[in-house]
Amino acid sequence: MHYDLVVIGGGPAGLAAAYEAYENGISKVLIIEREKELGGILNQCIHNGFGLHTFKEELTGPEYAERCIDKVMYSTIEVKTDTMVLNIEEKYIHAVNGVDGYMVIKASAIILAMGCRERTRGAIHIPGYRPSGIFTAGAAQRYINMEGYMVGREVVILGSGDIGLIMARRMALEGAKVKAVIELMPYSNGLSRNIVQCLEDYDIPLYLSHTVTDVVGSGRLEKVVVQAVDENRKPILGTEKVFVCDTLLLSVGLIPENELSKNAGLRLDPRTNGLIVDETMQTSEEGIFACGNVLHVHDLVDFVTEEAQNAGRNAALYLNGTSAKAKTVQVLNGNGITYTVPQLINLSKDIKIKLFMRVSRPYYNQEIVVKCKEQVIASFKKKVLLPAEMQNIVLETKQLREIDGNILIALEEAE
Amino acid sequence: MIKKITCTICPIGCKLEVDIEKNTVTGHTCKRGEVYGIAEVTAPTRVITSTVKLEGGIYPVLPVKTNGAIPKHLNFKCMELINQIQVKAPVKMGDIIAENVLDTGVDLVATRSIKKG
Amino acid sequence: MYDVAIVGAGIIGASIFRELTKYNVKVIVLDKENDAAMGTTRANSAIVHAGYDPKEGTLMAKYNVWGSELFEELCRDLSVPYKRNGSLVLGFDDEDMERLKKLYENGQKNKVRGLRLLNREEVLMKEPNLSQAVKGALYAPTGAIVGPFELTIALIENGVTNGGEFKTSAEVIGIEKEGVVFCLKLKEGEPIKSRYVVNAAGLHADKVHNMICKESFKILPRKGEYYVMDKSQGGIIQHTLFQCPNKMGKGVLITPTVHGNLLVGPSSEDLEEKKNVGVTSKGLGLIQETAKKTLEHINYRENIRNFSGLRAISDRDDFIIEETAVKGFIDAAGMKSPGLSAAPAIAIDVVAILQQIGLLAEPKKDFQPKRHQIRFAELSPQEKQELIKKDPRYGRIICRCEQVTEGEIVESIQRPAGATTVDGVKRRCRPGMGRCQGGFCGPRVQEILARELKKPMEAVILDREGSYILTGKTK
Repeated sequence: MHYDLVVIGGGPAGLAAAYEAYENGISKVLIIEREKELGGILNQCIHNGFGLHTFKEELTGPEYAERCIDKVMYSTIEVKTDTMVLNIEEKYIHAVNGVDGYMVIKASAIILAMGCRERTRGAIHIPGYRPSGIFTAGAAQRYINMEGYMVGREVVILGSGDIGLIMARRMALEGAKVKAVIELMPYSNGLSRNIVQCLEDYDIPLYLSHTVTDVVGSGRLEKVVVQAVDENRKPILGTEKVFVCDTLLLSVGLIPENELSKNAGLRLDPRTNGLIVDETMQTSEEGIFACGNVLHVHDLVDFVTEEAQNAGRNAALYLNGTSAKAKTVQVLNGNGITYTVPQLINLSKDIKIKLFMRVSRPYYNQEIVVKCKEQVIASFKKKVLLPAEMQNIVLETKQLREIDGNILIALEEAE
Repeated sequence: MIKKITCTICPIGCKLEVDIEKNTVTGHTCKRGEVYGIAEVTAPTRVITSTVKLEGGIYPVLPVKTNGAIPKHLNFKCMELINQIQVKAPVKMGDIIAENVLDTGVDLVATRSIKKG
Repeated sequence: MYDVAIVGAGIIGASIFRELTKYNVKVIVLDKENDAAMGTTRANSAIVHAGYDPKEGTLMAKYNVWGSELFEELCRDLSVPYKRNGSLVLGFDDEDMERLKKLYENGQKNKVRGLRLLNREEVLMKEPNLSQAVKGALYAPTGAIVGPFELTIALIENGVTNGGEFKTSAEVIGIEKEGVVFCLKLKEGEPIKSRYVVNAAGLHADKVHNMICKESFKILPRKGEYYVMDKSQGGIIQHTLFQCPNKMGKGVLITPTVHGNLLVGPSSEDLEEKKNVGVTSKGLGLIQETAKKTLEHINYRENIRNFSGLRAISDRDDFIIEETAVKGFIDAAGMKSPGLSAAPAIAIDVVAILQQIGLLAEPKKDFQPKRHQIRFAELSPQEKQELIKKDPRYGRIICRCEQVTEGEIVESIQRPAGATTVDGVKRRCRPGMGRCQGGFCGPRVQEILARELKKPMEAVILDREGSYILTGKTK
């Protein structure tokens, strides 16, 4: 089997990347998806709030997914669902499914769009028993929204990121008693809209600077112990609160899923746990591109689509032999910036480059300053910067052509 | 009476103070915030998303939404209605599942297509 | 009426069970839980010790060295993961080096093969990532790692294939003897009658002993807590690394597992009650602190799971393997470390004891010693292709992290003594053992269990009785 382009992952990133490459003249495209249908995690995100940038209207996850899927379905892009990629060697993709068996697929270009997975109890070392009733928020979401099963009656949620908040409302609407949302940090990691509409609307208390320090239950979960934490995030003795509950949902972060990338020898960024890419979304291996949550965890799917279109367009350019290499500038992260994607910028063309980044804590009245040594290249005023929210700035390659060295992106107090 | 709320229009999350008697807002930094503040205090509305029972599909439930916002106090009433509905596959995205939900003038619609299972 | 009833389906009970099915005797193994390997067997260091540690002349020394030599063939026959990776006991100062010398001499007396004392350079050659503070080590090439619950389940299954019976959710609550026949009363269901009883009840062996015998020993629970790290960390060491025991304690071990993960632990805490209270921040903190001595940089961010287990420490210094004052009632108790390593040898001797006290046991001519289990991830591309052609269910990967197929899951359910719970499937063929901890595959495993066992989804449980996953349908 040979394809011009193989896209691994049929979620929003893979769908948009494949379609964009197709639109740019690449005809032999294959999407490989491990689930039984396309759409990825959007299929279980039945709440609304998607698509304001991409479709200029407010959609639910499945609606956003279906619009992306429909485009692909009316193209000549081929799709293999229920198919698992086992490994990638050079440009050969080893994959299996029940119909074709073991396949070795040759691709002239590859786009990686495997998405991310949830951090688990083990990753955050929650002590206690190991009863049933402890779910990652996403797993519970799938049970409830797609499989039609309820996972519990009395619920505590650890983590106030948007998934945790959304699930608090979902559980409440479906008749569960959500007793508390617990957040380790002194601020929530969710959008204020979700705090209001998912917690306040349902009288669900949010405990900031708290964490779960014990889990009790021999068969099913019976209760959790919650403690306040100090500024070093260490539990404070004497602040124990007991919540009787049969369910603990964990919404404690997402990790780009890069086992395939690691085995293929691609370079990763320890800051994002994702791949290192340049402004064309190309990874450290020529002809292998990446986009979406496999690169860094996005806040809005709209940005995933935008990034994926960029990857698809550049994969097409690569396949048409029109991509060129010139001087490359590395993007370094300074004060307040956790990570930046892309990590590398190639200056071969005069183009605009959108840089996505996250900040390390809430900041107010700042400037995002782009510098090379002491020379300021650009700066962007920002009233509010929250860690939950991706920031983006646009640079032009023209601005970078004259500089001597790498660029540093940092926050500075605005005047 | 002054009601304190958080603006949800954009991520800035301005802390608004709404004077219910005078119908005025302070603390906002844009016009949309002012409009939101009044509406949220006088007649708050929400879009409800959930699932209804589906027969004969590849999944046992179908995701649905109200295709407009409904008064917030009707959230659980709307859920009661949703929980009684049963539809048959196939369904197309946008199909009206229930018309004029609780006399709000808003319909309940399917948010995805599901084939026969 | 049975010839032999074994109480407890942990590694000891299961080994004795399978050994007995080599003979023409009617044997049953009972367990109070809903599966085999639910006690100490499922939560330990998964090590086959070489045998230099137990004091010369003890039962522990005898069975450990003998048992460890039986593992390779046993695991090959039963298709159980096993690897002789060798172990190192590390010394960090002169006192340690003295103790290592004594361990070496003790090992020689126990007839452990291949023991060698290594100097610093030799140790670092074997394990370059070790802490630079290491001074030397005792090297035991016969030390090995094994999948303890896989082995126990395989032993039970092979015993059932060879005509033995396995009964779960069968808690023994009383034992009486009428003439030469024991009557084991169960919490639920008909009592079990048998001519001989083997008490392999692990943590509860004292309780079972006291049901019919005069009290002669006590079992005290000792808790051990562990970290299981992602496979990304499994390759940082090759050998099982012990710290030389000193006055501060036995230290913690760091070892690769047979599946390529890294295991760090255990803590050690004596408890009053035989009820596992799970892992504690204190215990985990202690492990991190102690493990530093061996490897300075362990990436605990790569932790995928913590677990704790209770070890059965008797108030005697040795294993208890003997016929009691009540004729026909045999204890196989007090199986602290190296119980797992000793199990295959203990099984042989328990059968010998039974024969000595009158069990007529003719070897079974058609005994089938082998059992085969397909592990998709370990097959070559050609083998994978052929397998999928025969059965497309082997082409559907359910667990992404461990690459476990639907075919393997169905097989684990349909085998004799097959899985009935999500974790039962996990212990047999590993879906959910990986870095996502079942987040993706848990519901799908549950679905397959429901389908194969013809149960509603809500009736499929996670693990022990009472561990329900779902509370009902949303609509």
